[in-house]
Amino acid sequence: MAAFSAVKIPPPQFTTVRSSSQRPGSSPAHFAHSPSAFNSISFGSAKSVRSRPLFAVSSDVVSSDKTKPASSSAFIVNCDMIWRSRLVHCLVVAVTREVALELYEDMVLGRAFEDMCAQMYYRGKMFGFVHLYNGQEAVSTGFIKLLNQSDKVVSTYRDHVHALSKGVPSREVMAELFGKATGCCRGQGGSMHMFSAAHNVLGGFAFIGEGIPVATGAAFSAKYHHEVLKQSKPEGLDVTLAFFGDGTCNNGQFFECLNMAQLWKLPIIFVVENNLWAIGMSHLRATSDPEIWKKGPAFGMPGVHVDGMDVLKVREVAQEAIARARRGEGPTLVECETYRFRGHSLADPDELRKPDEKAHYAARDPIIALKKYIIEHGLASESELKSIDKKIDDVVEDAVEFADSSPLPPRTQLLENVFADPKGFGIGPDGKYRCEDPLFTQGTAQV
Amino acid sequence: MASLQMAALLSAPSTPVPSDRVRVGSLRLSASSSSAARNGGALVVRSEAKVSGGGASARGLSLITHAVAEKAAAASSADSKPGHELLLFEALREGLDEEMERDPTVCVMGEDVGHYGGSYKVTKGLATKYGDLRVLDTPIAENSFTGMGIGSAMTGLRPVVEGMNMGFLLLAYNQISNNCGMLHYTSGGQFKIPIVIRGPGGVGRQLGAEHSQRLESYFQSIPGLQMVACSTPYNAKGLMKAAIRSENPVVLFEHVLLYNLKERIPDEEYVLSLEEAEMVRPGEHVTILTYSRMRYHVMQAAKTLVNKGYDPEVIDIRSLKPFDLYTIGNSIKKTHRVLIVEECMRTGGIGASLRSAIIDNFWDYLDAPILCLSSQDVPTPYAGTLENWTVVQPEQIVAAVEQLCK
Repeated sequence: MAAFSAVKIPPPQFTTVRSSSQRPGSSPAHFAHSPSAFNSISFGSAKSVRSRPLFAVSSDVVSSDKTKPASSSAFIVNCDMIWRSRLVHCLVVAVTREVALELYEDMVLGRAFEDMCAQMYYRGKMFGFVHLYNGQEAVSTGFIKLLNQSDKVVSTYRDHVHALSKGVPSREVMAELFGKATGCCRGQGGSMHMFSAAHNVLGGFAFIGEGIPVATGAAFSAKYHHEVLKQSKPEGLDVTLAFFGDGTCNNGQFFECLNMAQLWKLPIIFVVENNLWAIGMSHLRATSDPEIWKKGPAFGMPGVHVDGMDVLKVREVAQEAIARARRGEGPTLVECETYRFRGHSLADPDELRKPDEKAHYAARDPIIALKKYIIEHGLASESELKSIDKKIDDVVEDAVEFADSSPLPPRTQLLENVFADPKGFGIGPDGKYRCEDPLFTQGTAQV
Repeated sequence: MASLQMAALLSAPSTPVPSDRVRVGSLRLSASSSSAARNGGALVVRSEAKVSGGGASARGLSLITHAVAEKAAAASSADSKPGHELLLFEALREGLDEEMERDPTVCVMGEDVGHYGGSYKVTKGLATKYGDLRVLDTPIAENSFTGMGIGSAMTGLRPVVEGMNMGFLLLAYNQISNNCGMLHYTSGGQFKIPIVIRGPGGVGRQLGAEHSQRLESYFQSIPGLQMVACSTPYNAKGLMKAAIRSENPVVLFEHVLLYNLKERIPDEEYVLSLEEAEMVRPGEHVTILTYSRMRYHVMQAAKTLVNKGYDPEVIDIRSLKPFDLYTIGNSIKKTHRVLIVEECMRTGGIGASLRSAIIDNFWDYLDAPILCLSSQDVPTPYAGTLENWTVVQPEQIVAAVEQLCK
């Protein structure tokens, strides 16, 4: 495909990244970005962050000719230039072959899985609301691949790929989507409620904003385990990632949790997947100040904006934010500028988004970009990448076969798992309410 | 008041006791109560199987002349009786304290629970003892800190979330309904949520409409939630401990007007069963099912009824979800007449659910239609007279029983 045309698209609708250097009074030097024209996110040393905790850092590249205007105008720096300039910088922050291939494989898995979901949906194998993640893979891969097993991920309804990146087997996710008993939640959750205790995926929430307090609670728990229960780990606190979108950033729970997380310095990272659209509501029509990263410093935490279509940039930001959280320095708000290539859900006709906006972001496809990077740096050959593609296709096919051949949940499963301790609840094996059993208060009425 | 209790606790149980004070486990009455009240005690048969140790096997419980027991002046002579006397909020605190000591993952979250000690002093002193992280003063963000409690419950802690007033938990309804109630199910059983959500509710003394809400009816249809209501210091402590130890999310309903009830409770540790109802007064003629503050109105009416020759059986259902249909059923099989007295609203209230549960299960045993006395379906007015007419008064209970037993 004609990947990067050097076209500057000047739409008035959407704003792009900001550099703190544009604001009067702020000094970019504190953030130790390299004196060269391009910088990626650099918190620099922890010292620099602490000395000026209230400023946000923009991670996007400032083009070398400094034609970047003041922050209020809308301007998109040509992505081709971003990549080219980034290439130089990336050499300084090298990515090893293993890491690059891991990232590539994870993103391809996310993309192939979601494409298969769409197919299966239209064939009538899965139902309801299915929200696909195409185009946003860089955010999930960039962040989650840095986590340990015991770190937690909390997501929204667009959660298939978060679960996959965290390590939940594709078979289990696909079976869950088909509503089979072998799904990760026994078929009881569905597309919007992916949970995995083994992989520490804490859901999967259908109402936006609902998962953020849960993530804050998981981070609180990590801090509690360290400070009260004295169960410390050598690598530091367990980190929680909360993923949510631009629409959620207008919701009260978001602000309440930013406050609490910073107040108690919880090890949480708030990752905003700003794909500019909340179903049919443009972010700019819904938000008084559309620059979400600015809301971090309002609460005293660093707010970072990063190009969410570039997995390496995301990964770099994530590394710093995760390290901060592990050290106990508190939360970070990371706004990832990204885009979903499909509609909000499979039921969304997606009529409101303009074709040129879609084309612009399609040209910044994170998988294609990473592929280009890998090949240009000689980290792997084209055929190796193709073999990864093939392997992922097999994995996804196998997941579909597994899900297809799995049994549907039986009737007896309906009333199970309502309560962890079902003493008096539900219907017992004799068909009567358990609370009628005289022994029920002794906990003998088991599921 | 706390110091008097401490004095009673600390002093050795060897000081002689005046004979007129010998009353095992009674509720303290004011000096003005008549001797009729002292003599007319009904025996409480404790049905809980879990009481540990050799505590008193039966407690005498006198009929109460007032809805809220008044504190007596001198408590120092109560030393030689087993157990110790305390007020209901202190019983809650004691239960919470014991559980926090026993299990380090138990923590408290809420507004003003730490340094302030709780709006009704239930958590007083706990922050000094356990630290600011275990007794967490939260900002005013009910939805979010309830969600935080749920998130930490999913990851290994056992939080007790306090709503400063139960009505404030309406702001947390999103988290309580969607996450608290549902996550164990939607995760296929992978995550349990051993959270306790508690707070004072009910109609107080002219607190206004929004501070006088009864949320039992709002929460009862949420699948996945267990609900209990405490009414005496004894069951408050026992239910608090049971709720904390339970793996289910439990909502513990306390009542604003009952926090100053005084009672003598055992020294030994005891935990009550969350699902069991309490037999307050056995009888033959009619079963009166009630909970929380209305228990005291019922007992007051029972006094009048006894004088009129009726023998009501009073059961404090305690467990609002699930209902203890075993105890209730046994009672109905004996008396064949049921009166439900509750404080929540008529529409969709606890009484409505209880009524249908009884009809479903015990239809053949009923000799009369089930009567249900509930509060009026109005926002609680401020004016004292109007407020009194909003809730069920003892006279109405007496009239209802008379009608039922015709």
